[in-house]
Amino acid sequence: MQEFMMIFRMEPMGDFQPTPQQMQESVKQWQDWIGGIAAQGKFVSTNQLGFQGKTLKPGGIITDGPYAEVKEIVGGNMVVKAADLDEALKMAEGCPIFYMGGHVEVRDIMLMN
Amino acid sequence: MVQIRDCFYMKEQEQLIPHLFRTEFRKIVSVLSKLFGLQYIEVAEDIVSDTFLLAAETWGKKGIPENPTAWLYVVAKNKTKDYLKRNQLFNDKIALEIKNSASELTEMDIDLTDKNISDSQLQMMFAICHPSIPKEAQIGLSLRILCGFGIDEIADAFLANKETINKRLFRAKEKLREEKIKMEFPENQEMEKRLESVVTTLYLLFNEGYYSASQNVTIRKDLCIEAMRLTVLLLDNTLTNKSSINALLSLMCFHASRFDARIRINGETVLYEEQDINLWDTGLIQRGEYYLNKAAIGNELSKYHLEAAIAYWHTQKSDEAKWNNILQLYNKLLQIEYSPMAALNRTYALAKAGSPMKAIIEAEKLDLTENHLYHSLLGQLYSDINKDKAIAHFKTALIKARTESDRSVIQAKIDRLI
Repeated sequence: MQEFMMIFRMEPMGDFQPTPQQMQESVKQWQDWIGGIAAQGKFVSTNQLGFQGKTLKPGGIITDGPYAEVKEIVGGNMVVKAADLDEALKMAEGCPIFYMGGHVEVRDIMLMN
Repeated sequence: MVQIRDCFYMKEQEQLIPHLFRTEFRKIVSVLSKLFGLQYIEVAEDIVSDTFLLAAETWGKKGIPENPTAWLYVVAKNKTKDYLKRNQLFNDKIALEIKNSASELTEMDIDLTDKNISDSQLQMMFAICHPSIPKEAQIGLSLRILCGFGIDEIADAFLANKETINKRLFRAKEKLREEKIKMEFPENQEMEKRLESVVTTLYLLFNEGYYSASQNVTIRKDLCIEAMRLTVLLLDNTLTNKSSINALLSLMCFHASRFDARIRINGETVLYEEQDINLWDTGLIQRGEYYLNKAAIGNELSKYHLEAAIAYWHTQKSDEAKWNNILQLYNKLLQIEYSPMAALNRTYALAKAGSPMKAIIEAEKLDLTENHLYHSLLGQLYSDINKDKAIAHFKTALIKARTESDRSVIQAKIDRLI
């Protein structure tokens, strides 16, 4: 068993504001999907990133937000246990980010000795 | 006339002493263990056992004293002082440890006030649940010292034999000596860790009673009651009155409310759906809600909070909304701590919340093939969709089941499908 990180990426939503019902629906989709992975005993951790970000650039320059000049934002991540990358990829199927026009990057986590 | 009166006294005494043993043994042993030091816990046990022996002899002849508890305390104190006088070496050792002069000790009043009794029991709980002692031994020792259970009763509860239990307790007490464990409240960060250990043990103790395969229904109920009583003891002390412990007690109340409905007279388990709701104890359900509300104060969200909330929902009428609530709670619970039971129950909730096909797909990913409940679940999920598959799964469950009551539950399901 190895650990893999899923990185959830999507395009900035701009002015789009989901309704409370859409938010609730979205939360359920994510929790159900994560719960399914946790039920397999393969969940390690997850983080949802907020929109309060700032970016620190060389020379001490700070710009507002994570999305000022980028085409896609990282919405969050999840670490899972899997035998190999293929299994981790299979787990990523059904990720609700696909409903938001986003995608999942799956990377192996290197062990530091 | 005289004969009838004698019989009445004897019967009363017969019930009174075992009852008092249960309630007072632990109090006096805890206080004395604190006084002597845990390494002399067996001395404390002997003194208290002797006290009860004397009670049995004396009360039989002279009748029950007006205040039986006070009588026990006075006799225990006197026996302690006698022991100290006769065992000068022992006396000197303790005197050295608590820095009193030898003669002062025998004059010292052994503190059996409510506060010291309560504090000593809590400190005993922390000592028994020290991480160096294996969990099974923690439960056994808790039952012996904190609940006043006899070795026979403990053996029955664990479905083990007396020698195994005696060995387990003996080794546990050796550990107490080896690790020089003291009777005291742990400090700060240590407190959080040790409290976690205590809570886990109480949870396991409760589950021993609730889920045990033992046919002795009375013992099983006693285990649940004792676990709850010890949890209340924690809540009564400001040091240990934590949100997660309120949640634990809430969970225990909800489960316990269904105890009578859950067990048929011969100890066979009745499925949740088939329980007679009229046998659910509404008083306990209310207490469960009370403690759940207390647990909701603050920011902590432990697995006990989630399990208590799930147990709460099980007391409510069944509809998709309820099952979705349960599903969401299991989603969170599994992220905090995975367990096969939670995984299976979550999948069942997924089906009941409106996604039976998805539940089957997810069930097949669970990979719990050695567990009969896994096959039972699949049988259940396929019941309305594919009868042949359902029966096949139930038959596998039947092979993997380990107790008679589990087998009869599964057989009943097969019979219903054929």
